[in-house]
Amino acid sequence: MNRLKKLSKYQVFWPIVIFLLILLVNGIVSGGSFFEMRIVDGHLYSRIIDILRNGSKLMLLATGMTMVLATGGTDISVGSVMAISGAVACTIVAGGGNVAVAILVAILAGIVAGAWNGLLVSKIKIQPIVATMILMVAGRGIAQLITNGKIVTVNSDAYYFINGGYILGLPFPLFIVAFVVLLVMLFIKKTAFGLFLESTGVNPISSHFAGINVDRIKWMVYTFCGMMAAVAGLIESAGIKGADCNNAGLFIEMDAILAVAIGGTSLNGGRFSIPASLFGALIIQSITTSVYAMGVAPEITQVVKSIIVVVICLFQSKAFKESIAKKLNFRKAVKQA
Amino acid sequence: MSGETALIQMSHISKTFPGVVALNDVQFTLQRGEIHALLGENGAGKSTLIKVLTGVEERNGGTILMDGEEISPRTPQEAQNVGISTVYQEVNLCPNLSVAENVYIGREPKKGGRIDWKTINQKSKELLARFDLHIDVTKNLDNYSVAVQQMVAIARAVDIDAKVLILDEPTSSLSTVEVEKLFDIMRMLKKQGLGVVFVTHFLDQVYEVTDTITVLRNGTYVGTYTTADLPRVQLVAKMIGKEYGDLNQRFISEKSVKATGEALLSLKDATSAGSIEGISLDIHKGDVLGLSGLLGSGRSEIVRLIFGVDHMSGGEMNLKGHKLHNKGTLAAIRSGFAFCPENRKTEGIVGDLSIRENIILALQAKRGMFKAISRADAQKIADEYIEKLEIKTPSADQLIRNLSGGNQQKVILARWLATNPDLLMLDEPTRGIDIGTKAEIQKLVVQLAEQGMAVIFISSEIDEMLRCCGRMIVLRDKKKVAELNGQEISEAAIMHYIAGGAENEPA
Amino acid sequence: MNGQKAKKKFSIKNISLLITVVLFIVLFGAASVAYDNFFSFSTLFNLLNDNGYLIIASIGITFVLLTGGIDISIASTIAFTCVFSAFLLRMGVPPFVVIPLVLLIGLAFGALMGFMIHYYKLQPFIVTLAGQFFMRGMCAVISTESIPITNEFYKTMALSKITFLGGRIYFYVFIAVAVLIVALFVLKLTKFGRTVYAVGGNEQSAVLMGLPVARTKVSVYAISSFCAALAGVVFSFYTLAGNSLQNVGLELDAISSAVIGGTLLTGGVGNVIGTTVGVLIQGVIQTIVTYQNLNTWWTKVTIAGLLCVFIIIQRLIAIRAEKLKAAG
Repeated sequence: MNRLKKLSKYQVFWPIVIFLLILLVNGIVSGGSFFEMRIVDGHLYSRIIDILRNGSKLMLLATGMTMVLATGGTDISVGSVMAISGAVACTIVAGGGNVAVAILVAILAGIVAGAWNGLLVSKIKIQPIVATMILMVAGRGIAQLITNGKIVTVNSDAYYFINGGYILGLPFPLFIVAFVVLLVMLFIKKTAFGLFLESTGVNPISSHFAGINVDRIKWMVYTFCGMMAAVAGLIESAGIKGADCNNAGLFIEMDAILAVAIGGTSLNGGRFSIPASLFGALIIQSITTSVYAMGVAPEITQVVKSIIVVVICLFQSKAFKESIAKKLNFRKAVKQA
Repeated sequence: MSGETALIQMSHISKTFPGVVALNDVQFTLQRGEIHALLGENGAGKSTLIKVLTGVEERNGGTILMDGEEISPRTPQEAQNVGISTVYQEVNLCPNLSVAENVYIGREPKKGGRIDWKTINQKSKELLARFDLHIDVTKNLDNYSVAVQQMVAIARAVDIDAKVLILDEPTSSLSTVEVEKLFDIMRMLKKQGLGVVFVTHFLDQVYEVTDTITVLRNGTYVGTYTTADLPRVQLVAKMIGKEYGDLNQRFISEKSVKATGEALLSLKDATSAGSIEGISLDIHKGDVLGLSGLLGSGRSEIVRLIFGVDHMSGGEMNLKGHKLHNKGTLAAIRSGFAFCPENRKTEGIVGDLSIRENIILALQAKRGMFKAISRADAQKIADEYIEKLEIKTPSADQLIRNLSGGNQQKVILARWLATNPDLLMLDEPTRGIDIGTKAEIQKLVVQLAEQGMAVIFISSEIDEMLRCCGRMIVLRDKKKVAELNGQEISEAAIMHYIAGGAENEPA
Repeated sequence: MNGQKAKKKFSIKNISLLITVVLFIVLFGAASVAYDNFFSFSTLFNLLNDNGYLIIASIGITFVLLTGGIDISIASTIAFTCVFSAFLLRMGVPPFVVIPLVLLIGLAFGALMGFMIHYYKLQPFIVTLAGQFFMRGMCAVISTESIPITNEFYKTMALSKITFLGGRIYFYVFIAVAVLIVALFVLKLTKFGRTVYAVGGNEQSAVLMGLPVARTKVSVYAISSFCAALAGVVFSFYTLAGNSLQNVGLELDAISSAVIGGTLLTGGVGNVIGTTVGVLIQGVIQTIVTYQNLNTWWTKVTIAGLLCVFIIIQRLIAIRAEKLKAAG
């Protein structure tokens, strides 16, 4: 019992529990077929693998978004950056370019986009929501201009591999996520970046006085977030085998923010946990997948998600907790009287 | 206090915040036509009492009677409606609105359902003229100095049909002349039968203008006294709850002056646009250099300049004879500087991080992001300073925001001592801290200097400066007006220079 | 010294509106030179016809921006209003029931968001972002297909116009004009309006001065959503259809209009005339893009660029003011 209590102190504890519960419910509802695993052509097929694969984009975005939210900022341009990245890569590949070059240029585009956001937020000190909204709207326009307003389709097995490939029987996107997350975690563990980031998020002025280059930290995280969005955009466009500027990553910023919120990182900045956000992303993905499986209209999930975000925020809100506590106390007092 | 009902009668007031009892069974009585000083050290509960009276905070217990009838204002608006108006230390007006509007907002005269701007401008002009303030009332408030803004705030508070006027440390940004003007107004209001509550930490002002004194200490009621009958020393004793003599011992017994040899840091004609002009000073190893002056005199601005927070627009700064270009706080830290800023909450602590993280923060920044301090080392450093500075906490894992003000300040000190600085700059390090910790910090400052650290010390409490500093620079209006050494330092001398120096030598 | 500085400051404030007006004239003038038959009252009136709904929505969001808040839910609210109206009308509900109902929903929805923002101290962007998704989701729940509006009253509103100086002004433009006049009156001449500015200038001061801050903050979000709903009604007159994906990204247009019109995103400064001119500037850009036969996405990119430039100018002015202040 004590050990459980200790475990539950970790930020990642509850997200894992919730994720497992959702899987369990799915398993029961489906009568066990949910957990079935098949190996076909050396590829592992199962619903859980599906969730992991489909959730890979969201996991990448959540990784970047976690850091941005930890600074107390936000980035609502990730969906548009995904569209840009997809547009860039597909245009190059469709034009007969090398896939590796296409990937590099697309990631570079994401880095530039992220750095632009970072510049506006850290140097010019525009509120993050407005700064990133500029790219959110203009980004899709830029993507359209890159593809000349058309849906670009690509015909390249190498490019398809980004989403559909398998290594050792597991889908390739999982390796991308694992690689990125490992690298990020290692960076946070081995350097003082995590400390500086949390410090910046909690109190940027004190952090500045303590010698931390707050602007640079912010710039770094927005740039990184843009890069993650670009990678997610590659996976997305490889999945649909082309670039659809209007719909690529549409409305996904909400999912990314929600994933971080479910992971328990406060949207006001400060303490963060990337593993917790990853499970947050998986929770969202598993809900989405289950909803599809149950045949409910997917639009409803959007409504539900927005409500969940507000509820989570309410429970992070001190004012809300106090008002609830007051009401409870009042009720108690009434009962006693 | 005969059969006549008091204007305000607060009794058995208590107020708790999570984990803190801010007020415990406090009483306060205000008569018509009196100026009543509400005194106490920081944290005594003055502000909380006022907030309860003005509806900013809800009381947990007790009653407030006004003219014999119970009132329970829940918002400042409700308090205003019953005739309680307040002027705060920080100017609480809107900088983006015109002066006239700031006077009348919330109670605008109307004509045909519309706000009558003509009347507003006309009336506020007349009102401010009564305060000898002849300014263009249609201009935005932020065009004027803080002192003018404060006078506008007072004019607003007075003009609201008030029976009770609360002045919560309104004088800290006013000049002597302006303070006098304010006192005239207070006396005038008193004659009109208003009850005035006056909160200040300048004892001179208490004795100049008030009739009655109520003292609070640690959230409890100490007593109410007639000002004329309470000697100053006794007042101080009641405020701090100790015999005054205990505190008055000096830590630097002989005021050792070591101002010889090459200076560690020297400023030559250092100028920063709008905050300091042509400041020259030298500081040596082992010095405790005091910067004395009123708020805004340039005392804090000098250390902010040295630490690279503010930009130097003229003059030069030399470290051990080498020219120094201050490029931000990190460069300053790497030059061996350390700086405890004035506002502990907003510029010092990182509230949601642990004590350990707060302590190693500056050291880590100094070493750079890629040379991470291991968890074990961090723990060691933190434990070392928790012991050395006697920080009261169960463990280094505690969040710093859960500590008391004094312990928070010690953590910030630890943060800087961990960087092993050559020059330690302390801006109001003991503000809002209990007396015991205050003395500890003062002792520590002197010890550090004895070990060879150079210290710049800023405090608005002259006593504290006298106790700690071996040398002192007095500032007035952004300029250095005097430098005092060793035995030359005395309260009289400092006051003399702050008040106006040689130009208006007392006759 | 004080007087001098005051003068400088004063002129800066006027300059931002002046820049906006000049920019409009320059753009309109340049287009008139570049394209034949651009310069006419008809073009000018068409700017109003095409952007009436945006003027209404932008005026609404100006209230929120003046308090220092933000509302990014308005585009979805417009879409929801159109879809829901179209849905109800198709079911045979008469317009005099539909219109008040959707306006009421907008008002209540905004008030709810404002309530959470103020009383539970949630960040405006997160609440209104959630609001954006909620409304967009609700559209899709009602119908993912575009629903045409065939109601006679709507058709009449869509087509009724007056001819004037060779141009046409549709009736619904007058709704926008009415909103503008009411907003001007409220902001300049009522207690509520002045409190909006006070809250944006310094919220804590406003509380301590005894102003009804809570009510005001909740109200501005209610006003913003109400205006969005009204804009939705006008938009449904304009398009005679309800589509769940219409007006994606309109919140940026509205915010840009306000900013280009001189509203400070930090709150406390701005006015609805500027906002209206801001909308017209965007309208001109849109028209130019059409004349130039460019991809319509150029409009979005240009407007985002323009917004960027204006925000940066605002920042520079603010930094300069700080320095001036520091210099005493």
